[in-house]
Amino acid sequence: MISLSYTPQLRELMKKVEETRASRVGVDYPRMSPEERRDVLQKFHPDYIEDGFRDIKVGVDKGVRMPTEMADVFESYSRLKDVDLDLKADPDYDVDVLIIGGGGAGASAALMANEAGAEVMLTTKLRFGDANTMMAQGGIQAADKENDSPATHFLDVLGGGRLENVPELARALVMDAPLVIKWLEDLGTMFDKSEAGTMITSHGGGTSRKRMHAARDYTGAEIMRTLRDEVYNKGINVVEFSPAVEILLDAQGRAGGAILFNLETEQYLTARAKTVIIATGGSGRLHYRGFPTSNHHGATADGLVMGYRAGAGTIYADSIQYHPTGGAFPPQLLGLLVTEKTRGLGAQPLNINGEQFVYHLETRDVESSAIIRECEERGLGVPLPTGITAVWLDSPLIEQIHGEGTVERQLPAMLRQFQRFDVDIRKEPMLIYPTLHYQNGGLLIDDRAETGVENLYVAGEAAGGIHGTNRLMGNSLLDILVFGRRAGANAAAKSKEVPVPEGLNLEHVNNYHRELEQADAGDGRVGPVLLPRYTHR
Amino acid sequence: MSEAKQDTIKMVDIYIMGKKYNVPETLTIMDAMEYAGYQLKRGVGCRAGFCGACATVYRQAGDFELKVGLACQTKGEEGMYLAQIPFFPARKAIYDLEEIKPSVAHFARMYPEVFRCLGCNSCTKVCPQDIDVMQYVAYLQRGDFARAADLSFDCLMCGLCVSRCPVNIVHYNSALAGRRLYSRYLAPPDSFLAERARAIKEGEMDAEIDELVNADKEKLQELYNNREIEK
Repeated sequence: MISLSYTPQLRELMKKVEETRASRVGVDYPRMSPEERRDVLQKFHPDYIEDGFRDIKVGVDKGVRMPTEMADVFESYSRLKDVDLDLKADPDYDVDVLIIGGGGAGASAALMANEAGAEVMLTTKLRFGDANTMMAQGGIQAADKENDSPATHFLDVLGGGRLENVPELARALVMDAPLVIKWLEDLGTMFDKSEAGTMITSHGGGTSRKRMHAARDYTGAEIMRTLRDEVYNKGINVVEFSPAVEILLDAQGRAGGAILFNLETEQYLTARAKTVIIATGGSGRLHYRGFPTSNHHGATADGLVMGYRAGAGTIYADSIQYHPTGGAFPPQLLGLLVTEKTRGLGAQPLNINGEQFVYHLETRDVESSAIIRECEERGLGVPLPTGITAVWLDSPLIEQIHGEGTVERQLPAMLRQFQRFDVDIRKEPMLIYPTLHYQNGGLLIDDRAETGVENLYVAGEAAGGIHGTNRLMGNSLLDILVFGRRAGANAAAKSKEVPVPEGLNLEHVNNYHRELEQADAGDGRVGPVLLPRYTHR
Repeated sequence: MSEAKQDTIKMVDIYIMGKKYNVPETLTIMDAMEYAGYQLKRGVGCRAGFCGACATVYRQAGDFELKVGLACQTKGEEGMYLAQIPFFPARKAIYDLEEIKPSVAHFARMYPEVFRCLGCNSCTKVCPQDIDVMQYVAYLQRGDFARAADLSFDCLMCGLCVSRCPVNIVHYNSALAGRRLYSRYLAPPDSFLAERARAIKEGEMDAEIDELVNADKEKLQELYNNREIEK
């Protein structure tokens, strides 16, 4: 078997990193000024590269700028176009609250709706827990220390989000944060704590206080498996491998259920519900601008497409987060997320000469842009045998700063991931390049998590406005739980006020089809796409 | 991938559920299946070694030994015969965390199989995360939930341990219950968290944040640029 680890050429280049290491310990590279930040973003962030975008031709946001790949899935025909459905027959499922999506947002919504006494069903495309939540490594933010406050957290969220956040949503995010941590602690989530029980917290990119809570570097996985266990303990009906493909509206145009597709039997099923929550996550698997992605297999924008057809508007659909540290080599790790905690612990990004070129904890958009600049404009990236360039991330520095054994203790997942392909990150620096990570925008909600379509709620990555046009590390795990809980509680309360929906229909889908034809858009595409297809790559 | 590049990559034969496919040797099992034409539904999840969806059983040609791994984390190799485990019908105890206690007696009622361990170590040998599974089972038997929680923490719940256990222990669900018991009852609660939660619920933090919510962008930018950053 050939060795997959670094080639002799890379080992030679690595020596420069080793040579400069001692001189970099304890020396902080200067942070960029606001002007420098703006400049590097405008020149190098993919959000500013115009040819990756176009205006959508149909729907409530007609004329709004979106990444081309997103506009393509929005401008698509329903999977139900030529399917014969009897919507007057008794539905296959009949519940108070229908939750679409089985990640952290869906699970927390299910628990809150159940607690409020609603009959809940959670339907999901893959397994319950197959979601980006499971992969979130670094942590979850909450202002629960005496030197911190929700207001301080708020300022970080807005500054990171380029002040474009919907203030009420950011307020909800930071004010609920300590409540979420308390809820998780009570549910038996195993946070990193001191002997006395004090939460161990650290910095992330763009934080002004150490408020990043972690569960080693399996933070999202630990939260997800705890919530999933609790959903099962509560006896909530979970239906796996059954993605929703369209939202059903009632005679008054309010959400009243969804059509589900059983991936295994390939049958379409009707679910009637008094309120509906979309918690389907992000869209990294659409591979905007051809970028590799850190997202899980099912991140194909399904909820956005369905919700948009039902009349829910979007916000910041053109704002995509590229995580500065995606795996670049060995090739099996391409796009894989290297947790921000690695930089949080002090690992510095370095160019081919072993020199640092950007402060290691700039916000994600700025850090990514600086890495792209180093490789593309300055030509100081490390050339890889796979034909791309990358920069070093000096993980061995962590052991120098915090002592031997820190990587194993604090970054066990990262250590294991790279070890599987014969790289020891305690001794050898990683090779990284920005990876498509997160959809900053999404369907617009209010601080109750409801959309412009009555009885239709959205929570998690599918929702937009909370993070402006750039999310900080540790605010996504927070967001899914804050708005998942709000959506669950509000959808359950609403379900007690409204009657069983009548006159369920897909007229909005027919209208959307007519719009596509009139605009000469769609080109025969069908959406949501549900599953990515990778064959000969 | 360009044609020129493809020419330089060595191809290997792998057998997916008995059928032969010719794929580049640099691919993981998961990528190899997709290269071969599969559109994956089951047996795929995070694609990064966190979710445990892609447990795979394989054997090398001419070898009697069955090996296991995560399809997204294991390289495809020449002559590999493989199949994925799409689902494992393992039992999970239903419990109310507020009703149970971190005691051996409570635990034994939830997961009695744990006490039938024969010490064969099959679970440890099969674990793709290299967790000492049999050791944490021993800790659970003793009611040492702190050690069991620590040792089992990196579990992805892929279910391979369960597939090999001769006495039907459901290791991953037992460990999860153990971790929740430890975290709920044995690790002390954070001393300030409850106080902060109370202050928020009672509206004590409202005034400070509402001032920011109502501030204009210029003011916010100034506050942000000049904010004090904790060392």
